Amino acid sequence: MRTCLVVDDSAVVRKIARRILEGLDFQIVEAEDGEKALEVCRRGLPEAVLLDWNMPVMDGYQFLGELRRMPGGDQPKVVFCTTENDVAHIARALSAGANEYIMKPFDKDIVAAKFQEVGLIDVAAPE
Amino acid sequence: MTPFDYDYLRKLLRELSGLDLSADKQYLIESRLLPLSRKSGLSGIGELVQKMKGGSSSITAQVVEAMTTNETFFFRDKIPFEHFRTLIMPEILQARASRRSVRIWCAAGSTGQEAYSLAMSLKEMGAALAGWRVEILATDLSLEVLEKSRAGLYSQFEVQRGLPIQMLVKYFKQTGEFWQINADIRALVQHRQLNLLHDFSQLGAFDIIFCRNVLIYFDQDTKIGIFNRLAKVTEPDGFLVLGAAETVVGLTNAFRPYPERRGVYRPNDLRLASSRVPAVGAIAPKALAVAGLRP
Repeated sequence: MRTCLVVDDSAVVRKIARRILEGLDFQIVEAEDGEKALEVCRRGLPEAVLLDWNMPVMDGYQFLGELRRMPGGDQPKVVFCTTENDVAHIARALSAGANEYIMKPFDKDIVAAKFQEVGLIDVAAPE
Repeated sequence: MTPFDYDYLRKLLRELSGLDLSADKQYLIESRLLPLSRKSGLSGIGELVQKMKGGSSSITAQVVEAMTTNETFFFRDKIPFEHFRTLIMPEILQARASRRSVRIWCAAGSTGQEAYSLAMSLKEMGAALAGWRVEILATDLSLEVLEKSRAGLYSQFEVQRGLPIQMLVKYFKQTGEFWQINADIRALVQHRQLNLLHDFSQLGAFDIIFCRNVLIYFDQDTKIGIFNRLAKVTEPDGFLVLGAAETVVGLTNAFRPYPERRGVYRPNDLRLASSRVPAVGAIAPKALAVAGLRP
């Protein structure tokens, strides 16, 4: 089973994301900030990362930069999932190596569509 | 809603829009018409039906609109757009190399996501279409959805369903909480109200027709009639694209499935030359959108 690392300082958001992603056949690992997410990645890289932007200790943008510099860190598909819903943030995320971007609030269909978009789930799966 | 109200609505919707509701679709009527009855200051579907029986054409039109509006999203089902990009357009580019024009019809255009997905796909082809005349016609029964399509204004939820983020950044402008598709993409799409049950030969002939996820609502005879009329407005070397749950097989010989490309069909040469419609339809030449694809 593929692993998705869910990085968000809100336990509620992590719980919602877990439920959605488990429904899409992912095994979930949670982290509440970028620093803890990096520790998870050092132990083993996940196939996917669902990543919040604003978090204490280390934000999502910094985490993404660190992840992409790690050996093999270009492999995980990173999908931002944030309330930062303006074009400037989206452009920054893409240039830092994000694969997709979800603007909160989100639902299962949006997560499935974005994960499908980056090839993490089959085209037919979310239909 | 009483069984009598339901029967009345079923018959009326079938007559006016071809919508074929089976006996167990009460929930669909309630979910669509209760909001409408509230909006119209009526107590419920019973009163709505009374107004319709009393001859209120405005209420009747709104009922038809509410029942025939379907959910849609950008690049819906993904695969048809891959066929469009990798099979259909390469063939059309070759076949129309001297004419340098392509006409596309989204026959159930709804709120515009399909037509604009095709328009963005064409834009992505860049130089290959430089100097070509491109026309995408989006039709729908509902004036309300056509208005939305024309505006090209979508909520954050709508732009996140099926639209890759790179395309959102490239082809949309953020206006407050909404996202509007750029003017050069909007200019590629024309809009027109059209009932698929009525004659559409005046539209002229198309190279590509997308008619997805609408025929499932029609009964067998209506589908056959629509297929045969679609065949008359499809160029002999053109393409028809249907939804995943739709097929011509067993209904008509006017089209044949394209091998190993699910949902893609080509016309069969069964037609008499005299039944062909002219290549240039009733659409004014100046309305043919060419914006953005000139070299």
